[in-house]
Amino acid sequence: MPSLKALKTRIASVKNTRKITKAMQMVAAAKLRRAQEAAEAARPYAERMTAVMSSLATGIGQTESAPKLLAGNGKNQVHLLVVMTSERGLCGGFNSTIVRLARVKAAELLAAGKTVKILTVGKKGREQLRRDYSAHFVGHVDMGDVKRVGYANAQGIAREVLAAFEAGECDVVTIFYNRFQSVISQIPTALQVIPAKFEGGAANALYDYEPSEEAILADLLPRGVATQIFTALLENGASEQGARMSAMDNATRNAGDMINKLTIQYNRSRQAAITKELIEIISGAEAL
Amino acid sequence: MAGSVQFDLVSPERRLASVQASEVQIPGAMGDLTAMEGHAPTITTLRPGILRVVSADGTRAYVVTGGFAEISATGVSVLAERAVPVDELTSAALDALVADACEAAAVNPDKDSADKAVADLNAMRAAVAL
Repeated sequence: MPSLKALKTRIASVKNTRKITKAMQMVAAAKLRRAQEAAEAARPYAERMTAVMSSLATGIGQTESAPKLLAGNGKNQVHLLVVMTSERGLCGGFNSTIVRLARVKAAELLAAGKTVKILTVGKKGREQLRRDYSAHFVGHVDMGDVKRVGYANAQGIAREVLAAFEAGECDVVTIFYNRFQSVISQIPTALQVIPAKFEGGAANALYDYEPSEEAILADLLPRGVATQIFTALLENGASEQGARMSAMDNATRNAGDMINKLTIQYNRSRQAAITKELIEIISGAEAL
Repeated sequence: MAGSVQFDLVSPERRLASVQASEVQIPGAMGDLTAMEGHAPTITTLRPGILRVVSADGTRAYVVTGGFAEISATGVSVLAERAVPVDELTSAALDALVADACEAAAVNPDKDSADKAVADLNAMRAAVAL
């Protein structure tokens, strides 16, 4: 049985922890709202982009002149995995779920005899992958100083990925991120960006193309990659804050429970001490 | 005034404009074009330049770089990698754009197109006259 004093300090320290987790939860809630707004604002661009690209791609995707970004470079040997995680911890299972998905995929590819390269975005994923896959690391993008994810960040990553593809250093590029569904549910997602995949783009109205369809598609595909990465970054940002918010909410609730339990224990032992003293006095008096 | 078209200007980060416009002047890669109601459906890539929108409440100009415009009979949507209203544009921002383009031109294997982008930007710079 801990002493009364020990219990008292314990209660005080848990109360402090609760204050911190509560504050973090509120900060995460505010950041989540901003992240969601950013994701919302980026949606029209991404949607239009995909719509136009898929209608172009279905038109010329099957021909031999199709750009490499669309059709692939005919090989399927070297896979580049872009693993997007957060810079900070204390966000529940957010990073672990992405890393787990990436790990499964990497193991699968390695078992199939493919070469795996890993580009990490965000420090936490790198730390988790270091033990098993550090030999596969080809680069790291540090997002530590980035306050608000901008398109420029996505462009930077896209440039790196495209350069690697063009130089023949990788054949297939997949990005891993958490898709934001709600505060309590984020879905780890693997998205193949090169070669680009489009789901049955409906060939809509006939357009005049200026310059040619091929030229437009060749111009758009690198932008498409950047857009997909940008969307992923934003979704990831919203997911991170959502995950942190629910993790901190849980922590706050747990701290509350713990305080209750400790307070009961504290009161009980205080009462026990009083009772003990009384018994001592009474039995002392009776002995006289 | 002729009928109007629904005009949308979106950049990756936000939607800059969504108005009913009577005409939209677009800096296309193959030359400038003006889209009005009933224009033939067209998709064109953009060159760095100035996009003008004429609507009921006046003309607005935006500096756009990279991206494409999709014109249909009833609407024009411009997806620009970067888009800034001309009145919010500063000389420093333009310089940054030109510097970016020069940097890209230095590593771009396709010398012609890279030089063209820089030239386009410089022309635009002169046109905005800051």
